[in-house]
Amino acid sequence: MRILVVGGGTGGTIVANNLARRLSAEIRSRRVRITMLSASDKHMYQPGLLYVAFGQMTPDQLYRDQASLLEGTIDFHVDPVEKFHLDQNKVVTKSGKVYEYDILVMATGSRIVPEQIPGLVEGAETFYTEATAVKLFKRLREIQEGTVAVVVGVPHKCPIAPVELIFGLHDYFKARGIRDKIKIKYHYPIGRIHTIKEVAIWAKPEFDRMGIEYETLFNVGEVDVENKVVRSEEGTETQYDLLIAIPPHRGMEVVEQNNLGEGGWIPTDRFKLTMNGHDNVFVLGDTTNLPVSKTGSAAHFQAEVVAENIASMIKIGTPVRDYDGKVYCFIETGHDSATYAMFNYQNPPDLKPPSKPMHWFKMSYNQMYWTSVRGLL
Amino acid sequence: MSDTKIVDARDTFCPGPLMELITHMKQSSVGDTLELLSTDEGSGADVPEWVNKVGHEILSNEKIDGVWHIKIRKAK
Repeated sequence: MRILVVGGGTGGTIVANNLARRLSAEIRSRRVRITMLSASDKHMYQPGLLYVAFGQMTPDQLYRDQASLLEGTIDFHVDPVEKFHLDQNKVVTKSGKVYEYDILVMATGSRIVPEQIPGLVEGAETFYTEATAVKLFKRLREIQEGTVAVVVGVPHKCPIAPVELIFGLHDYFKARGIRDKIKIKYHYPIGRIHTIKEVAIWAKPEFDRMGIEYETLFNVGEVDVENKVVRSEEGTETQYDLLIAIPPHRGMEVVEQNNLGEGGWIPTDRFKLTMNGHDNVFVLGDTTNLPVSKTGSAAHFQAEVVAENIASMIKIGTPVRDYDGKVYCFIETGHDSATYAMFNYQNPPDLKPPSKPMHWFKMSYNQMYWTSVRGLL
Repeated sequence: MSDTKIVDARDTFCPGPLMELITHMKQSSVGDTLELLSTDEGSGADVPEWVNKVGHEILSNEKIDGVWHIKIRKAK
């Protein structure tokens, strides 16, 4: 049985490690082989980018060698897939190698596409890459007064990030002693300040307490870089001195180039996590078209289901459980407090008041991630 | 006239039905029709509010067996 995992991010790495443990006997007896193909020999802890943007982490703290995170029985290659031949159960990589499989796991992730909004690349700072997070921090250090506008593209990874950014900005400028000279204006695409109703209800009085201005039903249409104005598709505009954008995302180009899904998102069964029409192709994390948060947390819980089901298919001939939509998101509410949102398809989150212990749990998790992604936690 | 695209956002809290709709609207072409399925009680009002503000067109909006079926045509 040949299991091929395409993608070495959070979801792909947890699936591969989890499978390597569950199927250790089968691997030893050469009845199962696990191969991973990735575009990079490095693994980035992406939630750390927000800390880089506030000078709380440095970029080197975000990376580990991918090979060091994988069980030794996993055959790992830095050789991204370019062609998927799902009808023939094989892929072709950038180097021209052909990999055949019996079970394919698609965990290719997503990418930012700020260029889809005119002026956004030139006019806005962001923190979704190492370079842009460092650049944003330098801009935050420089600014002395004026309006900091935050806009949110759709769809975007980590839906909690816009709210965490606002709390972070408030605390950062407060610590610099210039909060009274900085106006923070938040813009959000739908009719409340967060897509999760419970988060919106909780965050609104917090925003009011911090003096955050907000405008809802604001989808970024264009940025007039010369005049420092951001305009919405809904016909409104905001003047800014510093513009920070949560950039819009798409699935990976290779998914679009192989016509596997509109927007680069692969049509996926929300419970089985299999690609529609392909029972031997599993999809997880940002790669799916599911109406589920694009977060490492969702990828983690999905990876556990996928690994358990693949292992049970091999051992007893059938998958054993469905994905219930579980997501657990930490919410940093400034530099020394946090809360969390946990929900699934049927149960909305029940937000608790922010606390220091939850912040320290998050800070600990930033280190524990490396244990988590090895499939040990 | 293209076929109606179904946006199945039933039983989702994040990113939620309207955010799902906006995602699919951005991926669609002018003239496309999308049908949003939502179990969020607020969708019956929230979705038309955004659609009307941004300038698209609501074709129908009805609740059937606890599910909102909202048809929208992308106008711009």
